[in-house]
Amino acid sequence: MGELSRNAFLKLAGVAGTAGAVNNALGQPAPAEAAAKPPARELQAFTFLTPPEQRFVEAAIERLIPADSSGPGAREAGVAYYIDQQLRGAWGTGARQYRQGPWMAGTPEQGYQLNLIPQQVYRIGIAATNAHCRQAYGKTFDALSGAHQDDVLHGLESGKIALAEIPSKTFFSILLGNTIEGYFADPLYGGNRNMAGWRAVGFPGVAAAYAGVIEKYNVPYKVKPVSIADVEQGLDPDPGHAADEAHRQRIALMHARQQTEA
Amino acid sequence: MATKLKAVDAVTIGVGWTGGIIAAELTKAGYHVVGLERGEYRNTDPDFEVPQIHDELAYAVRHKFMQDPAQDTYTFRNDARETALPIRYLSGFLPGTGLGGAGVHWNGQTWRFLPWDFETRSATIKRYGEAKLNGATSQDWGITYAELEPYFDKFEYMAGIAGKAGNIKGSIHPGGNPFEGPRSREYPNPPMKTSYAGMLTKEAAKKLGYHPFPQPSANVTRPYTNPDGAKFGACVYCGYCERFACEMFAKSSPQLAVLPVAMKTGRYELRTFCNVTRINLDSTGKRAVSVTYVDAQGREFEQPAEMIFLTSFILNNVRTLLVSNIGTRYDPQTGEGVVGRNYTYQMNTGGTYFFNKKVFNTFMGSGAMGVAIDEFNGDNFDHTNHDFIGGAYILVSTTGARPIQYHPVPPGTPHWGAQWKKQVVRYYNRAIGINASGGVQAYRHNYLDLDPTYRDAYGLPLLRITFDWGPHELNQSQFMATILRKIGHAMNADIVAVSPRTGHYNSTIYQSTHNIGGAIMGTDPKTSAVNKYLQSWDVHNLFVLGASAFPQNSGYNPTGTLCALAYWNTEHVIKRYIKNPGPMA
Repeated sequence: MGELSRNAFLKLAGVAGTAGAVNNALGQPAPAEAAAKPPARELQAFTFLTPPEQRFVEAAIERLIPADSSGPGAREAGVAYYIDQQLRGAWGTGARQYRQGPWMAGTPEQGYQLNLIPQQVYRIGIAATNAHCRQAYGKTFDALSGAHQDDVLHGLESGKIALAEIPSKTFFSILLGNTIEGYFADPLYGGNRNMAGWRAVGFPGVAAAYAGVIEKYNVPYKVKPVSIADVEQGLDPDPGHAADEAHRQRIALMHARQQTEA
Repeated sequence: MATKLKAVDAVTIGVGWTGGIIAAELTKAGYHVVGLERGEYRNTDPDFEVPQIHDELAYAVRHKFMQDPAQDTYTFRNDARETALPIRYLSGFLPGTGLGGAGVHWNGQTWRFLPWDFETRSATIKRYGEAKLNGATSQDWGITYAELEPYFDKFEYMAGIAGKAGNIKGSIHPGGNPFEGPRSREYPNPPMKTSYAGMLTKEAAKKLGYHPFPQPSANVTRPYTNPDGAKFGACVYCGYCERFACEMFAKSSPQLAVLPVAMKTGRYELRTFCNVTRINLDSTGKRAVSVTYVDAQGREFEQPAEMIFLTSFILNNVRTLLVSNIGTRYDPQTGEGVVGRNYTYQMNTGGTYFFNKKVFNTFMGSGAMGVAIDEFNGDNFDHTNHDFIGGAYILVSTTGARPIQYHPVPPGTPHWGAQWKKQVVRYYNRAIGINASGGVQAYRHNYLDLDPTYRDAYGLPLLRITFDWGPHELNQSQFMATILRKIGHAMNADIVAVSPRTGHYNSTIYQSTHNIGGAIMGTDPKTSAVNKYLQSWDVHNLFVLGASAFPQNSGYNPTGTLCALAYWNTEHVIKRYIKNPGPMA
């Protein structure tokens, strides 16, 4: 690729430093413009968490990943719905967990040994944490001040708060792990709404082909991120965009292979 | 009652890299091969299509391509005095499943082990004296680098490996790895592009007097056709290699490099969702007659074959030998016996360099797009004043920055909350990772056997892993940490965060899926399960391939070496064994 066409290519691919408003793979506006529009109403329904559990999860995740100047926190990003959907589905009901006994406590190096599926971890963990909060503060977790909520979360994380039926550290680490997952997973799973997590860090999402730009050093690559749904819903990448080039190469190669193999 | 099927020339138990290589080589030579794969059929089109394949949650976090522990897992303990418990969620290492095995979701880091790696024991004794082994039961392999060189070359050309030679027939070539064993010719494809992180690493390494070079990669750098006519595309640096599959036909895999060749001969039959439960021997116990497997409908079959190739993941290779009562079981009390002996792993020492005023776009990348130095690998440096043997290659690699699993923060940052988020946002694109991938020596007390309590979905005993770090690994990690700090400072990183590994091996933290050993190769049937041709000492028509044959682990990733061994094995099988079946050594 000559220098002139390379520059044109980089501009189309949305490398910062090029003049004017840059378009992303889908020909949609750059982040600042898009963020100004109110997000469309999204389907929101809990299927596993009970109302008290919903209140706990929404309160806890906003302490774990709060809103700030970089963008929404976990609550606005829909992470409670992500957690609810995960709990309802395969993961929450014990998929990919070895479920044979005997069940014994092990060493930390041996890992998870509870006879509990994730649905049960949340159910027990939330009830026991709320019981602790009622005893210590006279109200449930969601009704506490932010500072007290942080104290409780620190107590779970360190194991200083002992819960009756489950190690508090285990409950906390699963809650924190799921919160980070929901904040950064593709929006198709219910969290990361409006790609808030991806926008906060500058992750460009799933449409990814960077052969033409990877050797452009120390230059931020600023594009509106692209989700799986964006691509599936038939939005063609801009002509000349790296993702489009990759797509063309792949199709050409598939045809060549089919002809060879026929 | 098993249905007995028509006999074939050869059967492979598992269809990943080694099963695929056996299939291609034997079918080309005119033999009929059946491949039994416990998992699903899958291929680039349509199974690895974008956008679905770029789903971090499904593949990287929920392990869509990995062995399902609900069906089959391992029990683990650090020490034989503990009770091993099942690994209920596989997380510390992730065996693959399905057609192509780990060859589908790997990063593509493709090395030739160093000449020293094959002669670890004798070379250590020669240079430093026996005391230097300090309890390690590491052994020589019974094969040298020079013997294996043509087969490394063959694999690299079949798989389209990209790289820069450092040593061609003894002459050192600038820009390549000057410490590598002599190779017969250049790599088939030019090295990968260099990321900004790689460029800074290169500059810092040179400043320190090291010899940086591009990491050899199975992420093919240009459209390529291999010597068997198999076609590859070019990598687009999408940043989704490890735990994902490649939509671009660019990451070399059994599906791309070898299985189409076997299919084309008309002499290959692939059967998926077929789980082998045992290898059956004749009345002498010296010859295998068939394998028994169960299909997805629960039907049991017996497949007779003249030759049986055990080509599954190393842990499953060893388990199959144990449940089939093949070979003498290793006894850690006496140090005698061979099946389960010398189980080792990989010692990774990691660091992160944080920069306030640089951006790296680390979401761009490829699984094997790195800049490496080899000054501290193997016996490339004098160990006289060090309290370990072996070493590590040091690598800055830009493999993609999927944010669920990658969001580095400087030490001292809280694990959550406002300050955590602030630092994640600040450093997501301003940090680079460095790793020292280190060898692991074998010890008498680290081994594999059958668990007395826990069973898999087929009613077979789980494999029990007894493993902990030894002095060579923990001391190595301390030393590598000093080098990683030095490189970080040479790079003028604002924060250099390096943590050597300490304490016990922890099965819950992902470190590597380079599980190694348990059916090791060697020259003496008292201390090895297979001979230098990977032929069982006990059952001459059984060949046990893969990293189960490595007597201990190198600093390098295992795939290049285990694939070279597969080509070495098949050549000897075709040229010698089939003509005159019997022990080859």
